[in-house]
Amino acid sequence: MIPFLFVAFAALLVGCSLMVILHKNPVTSALFLVLAFCSLAGIYLLLHAEFVAMVQVIVYAGAIMVLFLFVIMYLNLKRDVEHGVHIALRRGAGWILGALLLAEGGLMLARRWAPGPTSTEADLSAPVGNTLAIGQSLYTRYLFPFEVTSILLLVAMVGAVVIAKGRGPGVHREPPAGASGATRGPAHPPGSE
Amino acid sequence: MIPLAWLLALSGAVFVIGVIGVLVRRNALIIFMSIELMLNAANLAFVAFARELRSLDGQIFVFFVMTVAAAEVAIGLAIIVHLFRLRETVFVDEIHLLKG
Amino acid sequence: MAAVWNNPDVQFVFWALVKILVILHAMLGMVSYMIYAERKIAGHMQARVGPNRVGPLGLFQPVADVAKLFFKEEFVPEGANKVIFHIAPMLAVIPALVTFAVVPFGPLDALRVTDINVGLLLFLAMSSLGVYAITLGGWSSNNKYALLGGLRSSAQMISYELAMGLSTIGVLLMAGSLSLVDIVRAQEHGWFVAFQPVAFGIFMITALAETNRAPFDLPEAEAELVAGFHTEYSSMKFGLFFLGEFANVISISCIAVTLFLGGWNGPWLPESLKFLWFFAKLGVLLFFFIWVRWTFPRLRYDQLMGLGWKVLLPLSLANILVTAGVIWWRAQG
Repeated sequence: MIPFLFVAFAALLVGCSLMVILHKNPVTSALFLVLAFCSLAGIYLLLHAEFVAMVQVIVYAGAIMVLFLFVIMYLNLKRDVEHGVHIALRRGAGWILGALLLAEGGLMLARRWAPGPTSTEADLSAPVGNTLAIGQSLYTRYLFPFEVTSILLLVAMVGAVVIAKGRGPGVHREPPAGASGATRGPAHPPGSE
Repeated sequence: MIPLAWLLALSGAVFVIGVIGVLVRRNALIIFMSIELMLNAANLAFVAFARELRSLDGQIFVFFVMTVAAAEVAIGLAIIVHLFRLRETVFVDEIHLLKG
Repeated sequence: MAAVWNNPDVQFVFWALVKILVILHAMLGMVSYMIYAERKIAGHMQARVGPNRVGPLGLFQPVADVAKLFFKEEFVPEGANKVIFHIAPMLAVIPALVTFAVVPFGPLDALRVTDINVGLLLFLAMSSLGVYAITLGGWSSNNKYALLGGLRSSAQMISYELAMGLSTIGVLLMAGSLSLVDIVRAQEHGWFVAFQPVAFGIFMITALAETNRAPFDLPEAEAELVAGFHTEYSSMKFGLFFLGEFANVISISCIAVTLFLGGWNGPWLPESLKFLWFFAKLGVLLFFFIWVRWTFPRLRYDQLMGLGWKVLLPLSLANILVTAGVIWWRAQG
């Protein structure tokens, strides 16, 4: 039964990831990404990594994607409309490169290029991954990276607030690319000072 | 019970889909989402090897990757919002004032 | 056929489905009668009687309410995103229902659907996912008031989620396990509310904010922003949002009973009847939710966010520090 569940979750994950990059509406892409994260959490559960699975849902699906959705709704983005030959060329090149990568990965797997044991034993008898063991390892052996990560988060928080706030009424709005800057001479007041 | 090869194939496939997303789409937010897909594919590979090698280090690294991804998303979205205020667009093609 | 039945996985899934059906029906009944109880209690607190016409003592009022909702006109606003407009109310109910899968109603195995060893994290995960319903409901209505109400409400929910998660860490430190059954068993000699009163207070306040109940219901109050994120919803979709809100209240109360009030622990009753203690405590907490709604005035949005970030978050962090300090100190001596 477990391989069947894994195939179901994997199909859901790959399907949702494809829909993320194919769909034109950014909100729908974000929602498919949420579903992809939840199916990934299901796969983690099948791998006996239940703490990681729950943290995946709480952090990725429950916080990061909410942030994405906030920004998409705040910017009021409509469906992407992209025309032009250069777009189609770039898109074609992107797909070809992706197909090449996929072929390379498939080839390596098929030829068993990566040496090492392959896990086909039934039911690994000591499933690692309970929260207690993770906690003990995290707070003893990996204490320093843990503390550094908390400082990283603090820096990110402060940085996000500073960047998103701008500098108040001193910020001037540039016209979108294409408007000529020639009419503005050196008398143009400096930007956000 | 789940062969390692399947997990790595899945991780590779999701990673490639993320790469295609970054190359093909021009909306900065979708590019960001594709980056998140790539990070998650890497996480899956970590967890797969953690189970394979019966070691918890893989799962702990997943924890750190998630934290870094969260921090990166916060700053990246703040930058996109600020950029949108200045340039009124999120298409990376139109944000090229530093070009040539 | 017997070979299929003898498979323990099949048996587990079958009994889990039976329990899920029982919980689903019981919960739907509880939600309708909680709406009735709220109106009756609100009435008595406001020196009036509340509904008493439909059936004896007004006990069939929920039936009348549901029938009214069914017969209202269903419409979808022009320009709304139809798929998300229809999915949002469903997303409101699903996380609340999933939480019931890990709540232990009693000590016997038959009285809970399952016991996973990260039960507490599942509850936190489901409350994180509950934000989507409101955000998407507000956005998909193609209506400025709904969008603003939705964004405000989801900002409120994610702010209070932090304090709620941190306040449960005190319980986790004392019980030593994330499994809800272990947490209840650790309270056999003393409910955690006696050891963690601050955490309990923070949990209840954040529960009020998470479920968008007064005094934190600014984003959906009738006098504000028309009706917040469910402005454009009618008939059964509105009914589903309503159902989701009350289901959320009941599931958070169940978790509060499990974490702080000792779950099924209580004197005088045999093991098979201990779930009656659980439901008694649940009833007290539900009464508390209703009582608070009709007692306190509504908080303004900036007061609400200030409370969440500037008061509850540092307080819950301090609670973790103090709890950890005491546990470490007692382990020394």
